[in-house]
Amino acid sequence: MSTSSKTKKHASSVFKFPKTPTGVEGLDEITEGGLPKGRPTLVCGGAGCGKTLLSMQFLIKGITEFNEPGVFMSFEEPSADLFINVKSLGFDLERLSSEKKLVIDHVRVERSEIEEAGEYDLDGLFIRLEYAINKVKAKRVVLDTLESLFSGLDNQAILRAELRRLFHWLKEKGVTAIITGERGEATLTRQGLEEYVSDCVILLDHRVIEQVSTRRLRIVKYRGSTHGTNEYPFLIDENGISVLPITSLKLDNEVSSDVVSTGVPGLNEMFKSGGFYRGSNILISGTAGTAKTTIAAYFANEQCRKKERVLYFAFEESPQQLIRNMRSIGLDLEPHVKKGYLQIHSSRPSLNGLELHLLTLRKLIKEFNPTTVVIDPISNLITVGSDHEVRSMLVRLIDMLKINNITAMFTSLSKQTEHIRPDLGEESVSSLVDTWLTVRDIEGVGERNRGIYIIKSRGVGHSNQVREFVITDDGIRLLDVEFGPNGILTGAARKTSELNKKIAALKLQNELDRKDREIYRKRKVLEANIDALKNEFESVEEELSILKATEDLHARLATNNTSNLKKKK
Amino acid sequence: MKKASPHFIKENYKFILFVSGMSVKSLRAIENIRKIGTDYFNDNFDLQIIDISKDQAAASKHQIVAIPSLVKESPDPRRVIVGDLSDTTRVLKILEITE
Repeated sequence: MSTSSKTKKHASSVFKFPKTPTGVEGLDEITEGGLPKGRPTLVCGGAGCGKTLLSMQFLIKGITEFNEPGVFMSFEEPSADLFINVKSLGFDLERLSSEKKLVIDHVRVERSEIEEAGEYDLDGLFIRLEYAINKVKAKRVVLDTLESLFSGLDNQAILRAELRRLFHWLKEKGVTAIITGERGEATLTRQGLEEYVSDCVILLDHRVIEQVSTRRLRIVKYRGSTHGTNEYPFLIDENGISVLPITSLKLDNEVSSDVVSTGVPGLNEMFKSGGFYRGSNILISGTAGTAKTTIAAYFANEQCRKKERVLYFAFEESPQQLIRNMRSIGLDLEPHVKKGYLQIHSSRPSLNGLELHLLTLRKLIKEFNPTTVVIDPISNLITVGSDHEVRSMLVRLIDMLKINNITAMFTSLSKQTEHIRPDLGEESVSSLVDTWLTVRDIEGVGERNRGIYIIKSRGVGHSNQVREFVITDDGIRLLDVEFGPNGILTGAARKTSELNKKIAALKLQNELDRKDREIYRKRKVLEANIDALKNEFESVEEELSILKATEDLHARLATNNTSNLKKKK
Repeated sequence: MKKASPHFIKENYKFILFVSGMSVKSLRAIENIRKIGTDYFNDNFDLQIIDISKDQAAASKHQIVAIPSLVKESPDPRRVIVGDLSDTTRVLKILEITE
């Protein structure tokens, strides 16, 4: 197995395995292109699991999308019934067959009419099939529940030999065929058709878990090609079957480095980038009443203000209620709704199964083409399915949003825990989301305050602080950080701390003023002293100069006297 | 084989035999029905042979899957006998023809 698959893989990388696209949404993705071209494929499953519809869709899409005419050979439903049955799903078989694109042949093998006497073969079937194929030059053939032959004819040995010949013949004809078979007890099909059809086997399943039905599809084998091996849920709605791959096979969607604002004043600053990346997804978790919806509505509002389309799924409130509640804090969403930037879609999570929810989401997203999607809250969906199902649905949802580069915000209600970390239930989602914010109550001294912090944000540097935020009539506001001796302060403690700070500042100012005055006084004294000294100095100087003058006078008088004495002699 | 029955079937039987080309089984079926016709109906019956390899539309028109198929059109009820009709006793029993 390992060597053969290796060589096959090698071969397929060089040469592309020829495939026929089914046109069934999602199935071509799983099969990486469709069913094996020119070979028969077995589709098996229990009653009512959608075998006939799947094969019918394969034919009709072949005609309408790929221009490949088809033959539908039914062993069960008379043609007229078939026309009506698929018409309700929007397929107009009458038109297609009148356009010579489709042949429907109903093979009726009436047990009560038929008796066997001697050897026979199924040439009749072959000729009918050949005739039908040639009539429209069919490329696709469906044999719907070929096994009905076994209930009509007795000779198993002949039937088996003839079926083997039939499959061989189909291959030779080069038509891509679907053969449907009823699921058996221990085998894939009741009559073991899987023995004859070895190229591709698809198993359909219809299960009801906790009153919610889910249809699933699995590719049991696909010779010569890689394929998705999981069980994929699929839906039947007015457009037929669509398969939802649980995960897209690759993680290679384009990423954007655009940053979108959070819309909440102060929250942008907690991210180094100044907001969320476009196309990323954001989870806001928190206990009841921590303003998750408010934050989500702010985010939606901000995007609408920038003239971007927002699709808001409210699983708790009706659109009117949401608008009214947001208005109470000064956020008016109504103009956005009227201008067509915002679409609020409300439904109860229990309205339908997860798959249908996902389908609704997909459809609305396709129709509305938003750049931003808000789901409020995703945790409500858990009531609809098991953890595992919810997770798989979310993975698919997130994949879909990522592929379309849609920024998504989810809110999630978490249980009240002592830990600041949210409870484990959310961890199913945590690995999927890019940015995870938590809002929580911070209780203390008889009051409850709201704190917000970032648990993670992929590719963005972010604040590690728990920031307090308040909701007033004017909306939501993140407060500046207030440090106390024991960390960040909130609520009343914050106010006390602020008051204390104010008093301290006032005291300091008084002290400063007093000191200033003292210095002023000291300077005054100093200046007075300087003046006194100056005066003293001046008087001494004066005295000295008088002394000097007297001395001079004396000297002069003395010289005069001596000269006079000399003259007299 | 028995000799021809003392009283032949009087009723108006109408058969269509569907064959495919000149296959062994088809030829054998033609031979067998002819023999039954001679032995039990004194050739007094209506037999139409349709080769679906030539008249392909006939196969789906008459709901033919297995070849050879002998369809008893009348009298009612309609019956289809598949196989080369080599088991004469069984064929007669199916046709409710007593010997």
